[in-house]
Amino acid sequence: MNFEWLGRQSDNIVFLLGWHVLLAVTPLILGLLIALPLGWWAHRSRRIYPLLVGVAGLLYTVPSLALFVLLPLVLGTKILDPLNIVAALTIYTVALLVRVVADALDSVPEDTVQAAKAMGYRGYQSLVKVELPVGVPVISAGLRVAAVSNVSLVSVAALLGIPQLGSLFTQGFQLRFFTPIIAGIILCVVLAMILDGLIILLNRWLTPWTPKVVAS
Amino acid sequence: MIKFENVTKAYPDGTVAVDGLNLEAPTGKLTILVGPSGCGKTTSLRMINRLIEPTSGTIYLDDQPTSGMDAALLRRRIGYVIQHAGLFPHRTIIDNVATMPVLLGESRQKARMKALELMERVGLPASFAKRYPWQLSGGQQQRVGVARALASDPAFMLMDEPFSAVDPVVRAQLQEEFLRLQREIGKTIIMVTHDIDEALKLGDQVAVMRVGGKLAQMATPSELLTSPADEFVADFVGRDRGYRSLGFTNSAGTVTVSEEAVVTIGASAAEAQSKATGAWVLVVDGGRKPLGWAQADLIKGELKREHLNLSGTSASSSGTMRQLLDAALSSPSRRGVVVNEHGELIGTVTATDVVKAIEAEPHLETAR
Ligand SMILES: Nc1ncnc2c1ncn2[C@@H]1O[C@H](COP(=O)(O)OP(=O)(O)OP(=O)(O)O)[C@@H](O)[C@H]1O
Ligand SMILES: [Mg+2]
Repeated sequence: MNFEWLGRQSDNIVFLLGWHVLLAVTPLILGLLIALPLGWWAHRSRRIYPLLVGVAGLLYTVPSLALFVLLPLVLGTKILDPLNIVAALTIYTVALLVRVVADALDSVPEDTVQAAKAMGYRGYQSLVKVELPVGVPVISAGLRVAAVSNVSLVSVAALLGIPQLGSLFTQGFQLRFFTPIIAGIILCVVLAMILDGLIILLNRWLTPWTPKVVAS
Repeated sequence: MIKFENVTKAYPDGTVAVDGLNLEAPTGKLTILVGPSGCGKTTSLRMINRLIEPTSGTIYLDDQPTSGMDAALLRRRIGYVIQHAGLFPHRTIIDNVATMPVLLGESRQKARMKALELMERVGLPASFAKRYPWQLSGGQQQRVGVARALASDPAFMLMDEPFSAVDPVVRAQLQEEFLRLQREIGKTIIMVTHDIDEALKLGDQVAVMRVGGKLAQMATPSELLTSPADEFVADFVGRDRGYRSLGFTNSAGTVTVSEEAVVTIGASAAEAQSKATGAWVLVVDGGRKPLGWAQADLIKGELKREHLNLSGTSASSSGTMRQLLDAALSSPSRRGVVVNEHGELIGTVTATDVVKAIEAEPHLETAR
C-alpha cells in the first residue's frame, strides 16, 4: 500500500465514492418505488404473478455490461451518461424486488387481511396501514440483497469510463499499481456493509413489533 | 335486527354453502348459529358484512337491505370478532383496540382512552396496552379481539367461534365474562360455534344448521332440548339432553329446602357430633357462608380446616334444577348446599327433593 499516493488522491477518491453512492442508492429507491405497485399487482392476481416474476427473473440474467451498452440505444442517451447506469440498476432492482414485494404481501396472515377488511378498511387503506407495514421484514431482506448487488454492479460501469469506485480498478490495472485496487475493494465492501446496516436499522425502526430473536 | 331472507350462497365451484336461509336475529339478543363442520355457518356470518356476497336473497340490517350499502361503511357499523382473534401483529394492544374509532375519524388520543376503558371491561390489565399481540396468550388475544370489536360501540356484532382457540377452563371463563358483558351492553349479536354446549349456554336463541346450508331449527335453548324439530336436531343436541334441559329449568320456589344445623371452625368434637346428621356436619364461617363438610366422628379435640371435605358444589336458590341436583349429587353427605345471592347458607336439598319437584311439574317455567 502506498499511503502517500492515497493521501494525494484523497479528494479524487471521495469524489468517486460520492458518485458510487449516488449511482447505487438512486436505483435502489427508484426500483423499490416501481416494484411496490408491480409486486402488489403480482400478489393480487394469480395469473400475473408467474408472468411478472418470470420476466423479472429473465431481466436479471441479462449481463450488466450488455445492458449498460444497450440502454443508450433505447433511451437515446449518450453512452457515457450516468443515467444509463441508474436506469440499468433500477431495472435490476425492480427485477429483484417485484417478487420480494409480492411475497411480502403474501406473507401477511390471511386472518390479518380479513380483519382489516372486516373493520371497514378500504383496499388501499388496508394496503398502506396493514399489509405493507406487516410485510416490511420481508421487503427489507430483499432490499439488503439489492443494495449489496447494486454496489458491486456499479463498479462494472468503470469499463465505460463513468466515474465511481470501479474507476480505481481500471486505474490500478493500467498503472500496474495495486494501491488503488485495494482501496477500491475495501471502500466497496465498507460501503456495502454500511448500506446493509442502514437497512437493518431502518427495518428495526419500522418493526418494533417483531419478536426479538436472540442475536441472529 | 339482522334478517336473512331466502339467502343462498353457491361458490363458483358449485358448492352450495347456504341454501335458502331465512332467519331473524332480534335487536339486543344473542343469536347463535350452530351446526356440524361445513354446514355454512361462517359463510352465513360473512355474508352479513359482505365479506362474502350472497348469490341470491337479501340480508337486512334494521330493515335496510345491505346490498345497496357501501361495503366499507356497512362493515364499520358492525363489530367483528374473528376466530383466533386475527389481531394486527404490527400494532400494540391499545392501538389494535383503537382501530375502529380511529378509522371512524376520532383523534388517536381519544380513541386510545376509549380503548383503555374497553380493555378494562374485558378483563385486560392496563399494563398490556403497550404490548404486541405475540406477547399475549391465546385467551388474552381473544379478549383483545372482543374489545376491538366493541370499540366503536357498534349496534351489531358478529362473532366467529370467538372462544374456540383456548382451553376449556379459559373458555368457560371467557363465556361467563361475555355473558355478563352482554347483559350490560345488550348488542344485537350473531355468534357462530360448532359447540352445542356453548350455543345452549350463551344463546338467547339458537339456529341449528345442517350440512348443505339449510336451517334445521331455530328456537330457545330449552325448546331445543325439550322439543327438537327432527332427528337431526335431537341427535345434534345430544344424548343426555333430558338431564341438560334441567340446566334451563328454574328451581326457585319449587324445591323444598331443609334446614341444616351448622358449626364453625374451632367447634368442639362433641358439638360437631351433636349437630351432625348421619356422619356429616356442615361447616360455615362467621357470615354463614358454607366452607365444606366434616365427618364428625373423625374430629379429635376441635374442628380444624384440614377436616373439611371440599368436594360438594353449592347451588343458588335462584339457580337451575341442574345446579341443585349437581349440588346434591356432588356432596359427600348427599345433601346439596343451597345459598342465597350473597352466598349465605339457606339450607340443603337431597336429590330426591329435586327429582320430586321435577316430576311434579312436567312443563316447568324456563330460566330465561
Ligand atoms: N371459497 C370457497 N369456495 C368453495 N367452497 C367453499 C368456499 N368456502 C367455503 N366453502 C364450502 O362451503 C361450505 C360451508 O363452509 P363454511 O366455512 O361456511 O362452513 P362452517 O359451517 O363455517 O364450517 P366450520 O365449522 O368447519 O368452520 C363447506 O362445504 C366449504 O367447503
Ligand atoms: Mg367456520
